[in-house]
Amino acid sequence: MQPLVRTIALSKQYPSGEAVVSAISNVSLSIAAGEFVAIRGRSGSGKSTLMNLLGLLDRPDSGEYVLKGQDVAKLSEDARAAIRSRDIGFVFQLPTLLPRATALENVELPLVYASVSRQRRRRRAMDALARVGLAARGHHWPNQLSGGEQQRVVIARAMVNDPAVILADEPTGSLDSSTSEEILSLFDGLHRDGHTLVVVTHANEVAGRAQRQITLHDGRIVHDERAAGERSRPNVINQESHP
Amino acid sequence: MSPVENLRIATRALRANKLRSALTALGIIVGVAAVVCMVSVGAGAQAEVSEKIRTLGANLLLVLPGARSSGGARLESGTQPTLTEEDATAIRRELANVQVAAPLLSRSMPLVALNRNWKTLVAGINADYLVAREWQVVEGRAFNGDETVSAAKVAIVGAVIVDEVFDGRAGVGGSIRIGNVPFTVIGVLDKKGLGAAGRSQDDVVFIPLSTAKSRVLGAVHGTTREALDFISIKLADASVRPEVQREIEELLRQRHRIRRDASSDFRIENPADVLTARGAAVRTLGILLIAVAAVSLVVGGISIMNIMLVSVTERTREIGLRMAVGANRRDIRWQFLIEALILSLIGGGAGAILGAVAAIAIAWNAGWPVLISPWAIMIACGFAGLVGVSFGLYPAQKAARLDPIAALRFE
Repeated sequence: MQPLVRTIALSKQYPSGEAVVSAISNVSLSIAAGEFVAIRGRSGSGKSTLMNLLGLLDRPDSGEYVLKGQDVAKLSEDARAAIRSRDIGFVFQLPTLLPRATALENVELPLVYASVSRQRRRRRAMDALARVGLAARGHHWPNQLSGGEQQRVVIARAMVNDPAVILADEPTGSLDSSTSEEILSLFDGLHRDGHTLVVVTHANEVAGRAQRQITLHDGRIVHDERAAGERSRPNVINQESHP
Repeated sequence: MSPVENLRIATRALRANKLRSALTALGIIVGVAAVVCMVSVGAGAQAEVSEKIRTLGANLLLVLPGARSSGGARLESGTQPTLTEEDATAIRRELANVQVAAPLLSRSMPLVALNRNWKTLVAGINADYLVAREWQVVEGRAFNGDETVSAAKVAIVGAVIVDEVFDGRAGVGGSIRIGNVPFTVIGVLDKKGLGAAGRSQDDVVFIPLSTAKSRVLGAVHGTTREALDFISIKLADASVRPEVQREIEELLRQRHRIRRDASSDFRIENPADVLTARGAAVRTLGILLIAVAAVSLVVGGISIMNIMLVSVTERTREIGLRMAVGANRRDIRWQFLIEALILSLIGGGAGAILGAVAAIAIAWNAGWPVLISPWAIMIACGFAGLVGVSFGLYPAQKAARLDPIAALRFE
């Protein structure tokens, strides 16, 4: 069975003054559909760069990236936008809601760019809001919602398109511990529902929820382990890291 | 993504900054308003001039008494009583291309009718004058030959006199007193409207020239007055105007016994020239103001560009977010282009309304016909749209070219 996400020797460099800094080098990994993966590492380890590459916000300098069987590494900006619209859901750190749009309209946003009709858009956005427990808050403005509620709206927006992968970058970064717990339970729920989740974090309690933990150091994968007691998926755990 | 969605996004963004949007559109509003107003006023003024030339009577020439020279100092025109009824008769008789040469003698005088006083222009004429001015008697009749010769106490009144003195009721058969002399009204004239001097041409009472000379205007000093205000001359054809002008000059110099080297004691005017010149002046002013309006439109465009650039910078994170959830470059470009376009079109619409209102107000005050040119509105709004697109393009392009990652990280 083909993995949902597969990268082979993915590399990305950034110019930094005179020198060129490697943000990611030779990262090869596979993620199967339905996995809940945490990508860990200190700041500067390249985890955000990896997420931008996986989320098609950025293009690798070299290496291959196959998403749902399609080579997406060399696509144009507009083609990548189309894939983002269809197959990727993003959960960023706060605040990433449009302030002048209601919660419902924020959730609808990916469907707007996917040219979904108004009625279907509204229905699917309502469903997504209900899934994160905010069915009654659809017509509230972002500034009328608490931090945790705002982040749940963001999660509803990330899943409204039923994307292949939901990518989260420090999803609990600016939340207190009890609110973080709510958000993490929500991720557990999404995982149980069969969503594929990739969470970038340096917080242990976040990474601990994941079925699989990948650790980055200086742009390379130094660890890739599955937590005990998880369902076995030997055909997708396919570490190809080249140290 | 459908254009309707972009329209919705754009209107929401503009509504969120109402004051800023209004101020941004102001340059366009002023520019379009000025264009629409000036074109409309110009057209109205032009129509007014044409109408005045028409009411004046076609192919008209005026012969006026000249300035008197007194020891080297030339006095005011008309100070020398040089034109007489005989001059008019001679012009008529001796010049082939002259259809009518109508003498006129007038003064502003109080008029009493019923128990009403009214100060108006009393003018002594022959029936010829009405022919020269192409002025119809709509009620009653003009003077007949007898009345002209016998100094009859009959009058033909203008429309204003009927309204003001007879309360709009039929004036024919009514009696009026001019000075101490009673007159019977035998005719009412068609409406002419405002004259070249801005005074109503209908506020007038015509009496036979002989009556004016002997009983009314001349009688003020107890003498008969011979000197005319002017002679109106109707030509057979406009093309003979220069030739006739020369002939009149020659004839009158001869009749007045003016030496070859002396200047004439009369002058010949073409009243249409004055009006045409005034029309041209209005047009020149209009062109000047339209040039100013064009500058205003460009400045308006620059202010749209300025605000759109600010807006793109302010909303960098929003742009990054939209890109992350699937907006492509075209979606972003359209979002900002439509915003600029809406700004300029709203400015154009508001400006067109403002300009039309101003034009109506000006026309109302000046007594011109209101002529709002739909072409001026369409061209001005089209130009406003063009300004919006051309000055909105660069900011929109700048937004579309943003790198999604950098945009998302933008503080």
